[in-house]
Amino acid sequence: MAERGLSVRLAQAGPIPLDAALACAPGEVLGIVGPSGAGKTTLLRAIAGLCRVDTGRVVVDEAVWFDSALGLDVAPHRRAVGLVFQEHALFPHLTAMGNVATALTHRPRAERPIRAAELLRRVHLEGLEDRKPAELSGGQRQRVAIARALARDPKVLLLDEPFSAVDRRTRTRLHAEIAELRDGLSVPMLLVTHDIDEVVRLADRIALLDRGEVRLEGATSQVLESPLARELVWGETAALASRND
Amino acid sequence: MNPEVGGIGASGMDWEALAVSLRLAGWTAIILLPLALLLARALAFHRVPGKGVIEALVAAPLMLPPTVLGFYLLTLFAGGAPLGRAWAAVFGHPLAFSFSGLLAASLVFNLPFAAQPMQRAFESLPPDVREAAWVSGLAPWAAFWRIELPLAWPGIASAFALTFAHTMGEFGVVLMVGGSIPGQTRTLALAIYDRMQAFDYRAAGAMSAALLAVSIVAIALVQGLSRRVGRRNG
Repeated sequence: MAERGLSVRLAQAGPIPLDAALACAPGEVLGIVGPSGAGKTTLLRAIAGLCRVDTGRVVVDEAVWFDSALGLDVAPHRRAVGLVFQEHALFPHLTAMGNVATALTHRPRAERPIRAAELLRRVHLEGLEDRKPAELSGGQRQRVAIARALARDPKVLLLDEPFSAVDRRTRTRLHAEIAELRDGLSVPMLLVTHDIDEVVRLADRIALLDRGEVRLEGATSQVLESPLARELVWGETAALASRND
Repeated sequence: MNPEVGGIGASGMDWEALAVSLRLAGWTAIILLPLALLLARALAFHRVPGKGVIEALVAAPLMLPPTVLGFYLLTLFAGGAPLGRAWAAVFGHPLAFSFSGLLAASLVFNLPFAAQPMQRAFESLPPDVREAAWVSGLAPWAAFWRIELPLAWPGIASAFALTFAHTMGEFGVVLMVGGSIPGQTRTLALAIYDRMQAFDYRAAGAMSAALLAVSIVAIALVQGLSRRVGRRNG
C-alpha cells in the first residue's frame, strides 16, 4: 500500500524513553502536546535524523528515512525536512537572506536569491534581507527561521515550540501568519508546543505524549477536553503561560 | 666600519637570527594549524576515547619546564634513538641540532597554543546551529566550511597569532634541541642571550624590542578577536 504523508514508529529505552507511533497527512498540522520530558523534542529530532533511536521506521511519501530492521538511517542533510528550532538557531554570521539561501543548495545557484527574497517576503521581512540575526527582533528572527525551513522545500515541516522565545503579542501575530502560511503548504506538519492557544489555533489534530507514549490522539477539542489532557497538560501549560507573560 | 658583519646590523640586530625565528614561526604555524584544527574539532564535537588523557597531553607543554621538554625531545631526536636513526637514514642528516629538528620540537611545544583556542572556539558554537546547517541540506563537510569555520575563525586566528608569537620567543626548548648554530638554529631569543653574555646591551636591547613588538601585536590580535567571538556568539 502506498504511504502518503508521514508515518512514524519509534522506540528506545533511554535516555529519554520513546515508544510512539504517529501518522500525519499532507497539509495536516498534528499538534504534539505533553508534559516536559515526555519525549516531544526527541521525537522531532529523530524524524529529522538528528538523533538515532533504537528501533522503528520513519517513512515520508514512500521514501524510507529510517528503518532499524533494514539498518537504514538517512543522514539529516538528505532528509528534506524543515525544522524550526525553539531558539531560532539562525547562522549568526549570515544575513537574513544568507540564512534562507543556505537552505536552497538543492536549487540552481541563479534561482537561490530570487527564491530567498520571495520566502522572506512571504514571512513579511521585505526590507530586512541584509540584516544579521543580532539586528533583528525575536519575532523577526523566528520569521527568518520559518523562511529557512520552507526554503528546504521540505517533505515534512517540524516546529519545535517555535514561538516560546517570543512575547505573547508577537506570538499571537505569528500564529495568524502561520495559519495563513499553512494553507499554502501541502506537507505534513508536526507542531510541538506547550501553548494551548497555539495548538487550538493551528493544529487539525493532537497527539498527547506522555513518557514517550502516545496516550491519546484525535481531534483537538476532543483531546484537550479529556481528563487525561487536564491531568497532563493544562496544569503545566498554565504555569508556563503565567511565567511567559 | 662595516655596518653588517655575519648577519649583525649596525643597530646590533642579528638579522640572520631574526630570519631563522621568522622561518621557524611561519613553518610551525603553517604545519601545526591544520593538524591542531582537526584535533580541536574532534575534541570539541565528538566522543573521543581517552579525551581527558589527550587533553592533558596537549596541555602538557604549558606545564613542563622547557628544558625538560627539550631534554626528552633531544633524547628522541638523537642519532641513537629509533626516530633520530630513521630520520638520518631517510634524509641523510641528523634531526638533533638541525632546523628540521627545531621545527619538529616547535610543533610539539606549540600544540597547546594552537589547539586550545580552536577547541574553545568550536565548543562555543551552539549545537543547534550545526544541526540547523544539516537540516538545511548541508552535508557535514559543507556545514564545516560554510558555518563552523566562519564562526570559529577568530579562534583560529588567535591560535595562529599565539603560535607565531610563542615560537618567536621560545628559548629553553630551542636551545636544548637546536644548539644555537648561526643561520640554522640560532633564533632571535638565543641571539639576545648570546649578546647579553657578551655585555652587548645595545644589540640585546634592539632585539628584545623587536620581540616585544611581535608579542604586543600578537596579544592585541588575540584580545581583539576574543572580543569579536564574544560579541558574535553573545
